Amino acid sequence: MSSKLTRDQIAARVAQDIPEGAYVNLGIGLPTLVANHLPVDREVILHTENGMLGMGPAPAKGLEDYDLINAGKQPVTELPGCSFFHHADSFAMMRGGHLDICVLGAFQVSQHGDLANWHTGAPDAIPAVGGAMDLATGAKDVFVMMELLTREGQSKLVAECTYPLTGMRCVSRVYTDVAVFDIRNGKVTVIDMFGGMTADELLRLTGLPLNFSR
Amino acid sequence: MISKLVANTAAALADVPDGATVMIGGFGTAGQPMELIDALLEQGAKDLTIINNNAGNGTTGLAALLGAGRVRKIICSFPRQVDSQIFDGLYRSGKLELELVPQGNLAERIRAAGAGIGAFFTPTGYGTPLAEGKETREINGRQYVLEYPLHADYALIKADRGDRWGNLVYRKTARNFGPIMASAARVAVAQVRQIAELGELDPETVVTPGIFVKRVVQIDAAPAAKEPQ
Repeated sequence: MSSKLTRDQIAARVAQDIPEGAYVNLGIGLPTLVANHLPVDREVILHTENGMLGMGPAPAKGLEDYDLINAGKQPVTELPGCSFFHHADSFAMMRGGHLDICVLGAFQVSQHGDLANWHTGAPDAIPAVGGAMDLATGAKDVFVMMELLTREGQSKLVAECTYPLTGMRCVSRVYTDVAVFDIRNGKVTVIDMFGGMTADELLRLTGLPLNFSR
Repeated sequence: MISKLVANTAAALADVPDGATVMIGGFGTAGQPMELIDALLEQGAKDLTIINNNAGNGTTGLAALLGAGRVRKIICSFPRQVDSQIFDGLYRSGKLELELVPQGNLAERIRAAGAGIGAFFTPTGYGTPLAEGKETREINGRQYVLEYPLHADYALIKADRGDRWGNLVYRKTARNFGPIMASAARVAVAQVRQIAELGELDPETVVTPGIFVKRVVQIDAAPAAKEPQ
């Protein structure tokens, strides 16, 4: 349907909910788009797991410095006020509850807020976890950004995850192309719907007992 | 007079035995001590256990060490990369043992080794396949997994400048695992872009104090890591 949000529009919707002064980690892939939609007059401090706070956008062509990269190993820049630190300090910022928000992609999120985003469980897949489990467990708020349905039309917001878990009961918001879901105390509440999506249609697509805030 | 300065990378790694556990710094190519890895390849030690965030890129550095069949086991958080074909092949054919560790647990296990901690409880990984079989405990209503420190015989790291006492400063995000690996290994070997005179590094900005470093070797290279191929 043409009324679904594009990936950039989902990123813009996530950016709306990131307040002034927040320390934020944007996961690799889709979540990095969020940085492009943060208003210029809002001070948000980006953290990258490989040891930097105050990360700036990609450098102009020709000015890349490969000692200055993000978690996706892409060159970035320094903003005034930035700082560097080693890996144990970087993950203390997550695990110690200092990071306000992380935004991650997902294969599945359960109605309880369980997250599966690191491994499909396929026997021949090369596993790789990186910082996903530390982010999911450590950040005060875990926002997931994903399309609601798989290519086959299955809801990725599910009763129970069937893929291997990244973290248990850690996701607080799910931003999708058709709706935004808030997950708190085992209850899923739809707080926003887009492009003519209806409560009945969302109940049918997810098969979950949803609450609606409006 | 104390001097931890070593003439070249071959001398710095001459005594690495077969079966050694070797930490290698770096996140991707940032902070990767490429010349020390090349020297380890040349030196010939085999049956190695390697601790690194990744499992090699392309066909050089750590990937070359894996490709030469010199590594028995790798402990890392993110082996799968677009150009990790050497690791992928060895792993799929069962020729290389993998211990996959969430990145923060990897860093903290290394830090714990350097700090003399016997084990620690971490919330990361609880309820996931990577905590299967591990001891867990509920502390103040939260679930934790018991993790043990990671020690090493050698750590190969890259810093920007170092002096003859082994004090080190790093460059931007190339710092990553360097400081904690230096503390966790019996012999930490640092390759640096530039040797500083003793007293030249501002003591307020020294990142790794020399007590953690055994050998320093200068590498003539551009300051920044090369673009990955």
